[in-house]
Amino acid sequence: MSKVEKVFAENKKNGKETLVGYFPAGFPTLEQSVEACIAMCENGIDVLEIGVPYSDPVMDGLVIQKATELALENGFRLSDIFEIVKRVSERVSTPLLVMTYWNPVMQFGVRRFAEKLKEAGGAGLITPDLIVDEAKEWLQVSDELELDRVFLATPTSTQERTDKLVAASRGFVYTVSTMGTTGERADLDGKARAVVTKIRTSSEEKFTAVGIGISTRDQVVEVNRYADGAIVGSLFINAYSAGGVDGLIESTRSLSNER
Amino acid sequence: MTESTKLSEAKGPYFGEFGGRFVPESLVAALDQLEETYRFAQSDPSFKGELAELHRTYTGRPSILTEVKRFSEHANGARVILKREDLNHTGSHKINNVLGQALLAKRMGKRRIIAETGAGQHGVASATAAALFGLECVVYMGEVDTKRQALNVARMRLLGAEVIPVTTGSRTLKDAINEALRDWVTNVETTHYLLGTVAGPHPFPEMVRDFHSVIGTEAREQMLREFGALPTALAACVGGGSNAIGLFNAFLDDEDVQIFGFEAGGDGMDTDRHAATLNFGKPGVLHGARSYMLQDEDGQTIESHSISAGLDYPGVGPEHSWLKDIGRVQYRGISDDEAMQALKLLSQTEGIIPAIETAHALAGVLKLGHELGSDATILVNLSGRGDKDMETAAKYFGLMS
Repeated sequence: MSKVEKVFAENKKNGKETLVGYFPAGFPTLEQSVEACIAMCENGIDVLEIGVPYSDPVMDGLVIQKATELALENGFRLSDIFEIVKRVSERVSTPLLVMTYWNPVMQFGVRRFAEKLKEAGGAGLITPDLIVDEAKEWLQVSDELELDRVFLATPTSTQERTDKLVAASRGFVYTVSTMGTTGERADLDGKARAVVTKIRTSSEEKFTAVGIGISTRDQVVEVNRYADGAIVGSLFINAYSAGGVDGLIESTRSLSNER
Repeated sequence: MTESTKLSEAKGPYFGEFGGRFVPESLVAALDQLEETYRFAQSDPSFKGELAELHRTYTGRPSILTEVKRFSEHANGARVILKREDLNHTGSHKINNVLGQALLAKRMGKRRIIAETGAGQHGVASATAAALFGLECVVYMGEVDTKRQALNVARMRLLGAEVIPVTTGSRTLKDAINEALRDWVTNVETTHYLLGTVAGPHPFPEMVRDFHSVIGTEAREQMLREFGALPTALAACVGGGSNAIGLFNAFLDDEDVQIFGFEAGGDGMDTDRHAATLNFGKPGVLHGARSYMLQDEDGQTIESHSISAGLDYPGVGPEHSWLKDIGRVQYRGISDDEAMQALKLLSQTEGIIPAIETAHALAGVLKLGHELGSDATILVNLSGRGDKDMETAAKYFGLMS
């Protein structure tokens, strides 16, 4: 069982909700993002996704787009991701997954990227624009280095495709709860339940967390009833933008069990 | 590789090592549906018949060939023949693909189409097809482009489309595609993304090429019938590469025909302000396919620069990347100024005002004439007319003062 899977399993055993948090690397600066990531992990985040800023983030809503654009303006370079992961992993035991569009990894070299990530203490990758069909090299390298690989399952994924991406996923399967790009939504989409049902049909062992659209503690609890975890991103960026690290801590605590 | 050894019959998802589907999982079902619908349509005589009839009665196909003798004098006397896609309804080659995809959207039961546009030609063609078929149409256009192609924005709105200026990133074609992809991910169940070039995830590169291949198929027959021989060389401008592949496809297996694509050299090929993806880019993933693209060492896309909104794109269709790597097509750069001078030259020697995009191919022809000699016959895709560019041209040449 991977480190991420152990967190899900442990929480499940203890009847505790799992909260997966997202924060962009280098937002607003490298130093501040390290501080923010540590604060999130120390205040109730069970698994942290650190996002790599990218010039063409087609899966992200406006909040994340603006945050990652600022990170790039402030000089984020791809190799900074390893320093951020290293510095956060030295301070907290929370598993750290890097969420990245595929081109930066491809340019860096899939193997080289994976080795550096492993060396820095990262647990694996979440790849929003890499489908299993195109992931041959990554599947091989992540097996060799024992890194997690999180693929996305969506309401339009057929059972056949769901089987395939669930089988390929390690750590957890990322359930996209509403069609569409990231951002807070007033209501959780019932479609998430259908996606989770398909994932359960594919495998009873794999964990799945539901993302895109979650912004309240009630939603976190609700999602954890039928899935294994809830993923929150945009809300944390807004909390940080409005109230700095203190705002982020308050927001993290209000969504998690840590009160 | 494909089963056929004919270059003209290459099929997706891969052209050599290029192409594929680097997309969010959310889009896979829609791409599968599109591919399936397209494959069925390809073998369905009623689809082909309906499209051919539309082209005859609405587009105005076949488009004619025009030999331009006075222009030729400036190309070292080489014969220059234009394939007049500018005479198509809506003023460019874009309508060929749009009508095909709009028919497919109807077959898939999708009532809403979205499109990206750079120069506005694809947006206008999409808005036109939406009006014709009674579909809802939303066009994403970079804010910079809405200003330099204001006339086309007005045309799209008059045709009933909603034009959404995109204010993220470089505010040009690349960002318009990002926004269209976001819309598609959100509304994929009701919406068809009517992609306007031979880029994007499979099946778009192959399908869009096929819809435009009518250009080369007609031109090849016309050359043989009217001029008694195939041309020495082909020339076309390349942004994403749809008009170019449309002309090239029918000639790819004619080994004696040399083929040239002309990219936007912007401020100059010796500067870093250009859109010459195949000359200066590296293979990477942008907008759903692996292809050459302008990027930095971190894999971040570099903004392109061109006076021509339609060529101002840091990516290119995957089949072009393949044709470059196997050496079948040569891709060269033409600067803004060279293109503008060629635009003026064709206007004043032949009474034909080309689009600025197209003018890149014409500037290329002027050089090719010297390279290939006066015995050469060069067939150029005159992909679009220049009406939309009057403001840019007027400013460039000081015609308003």
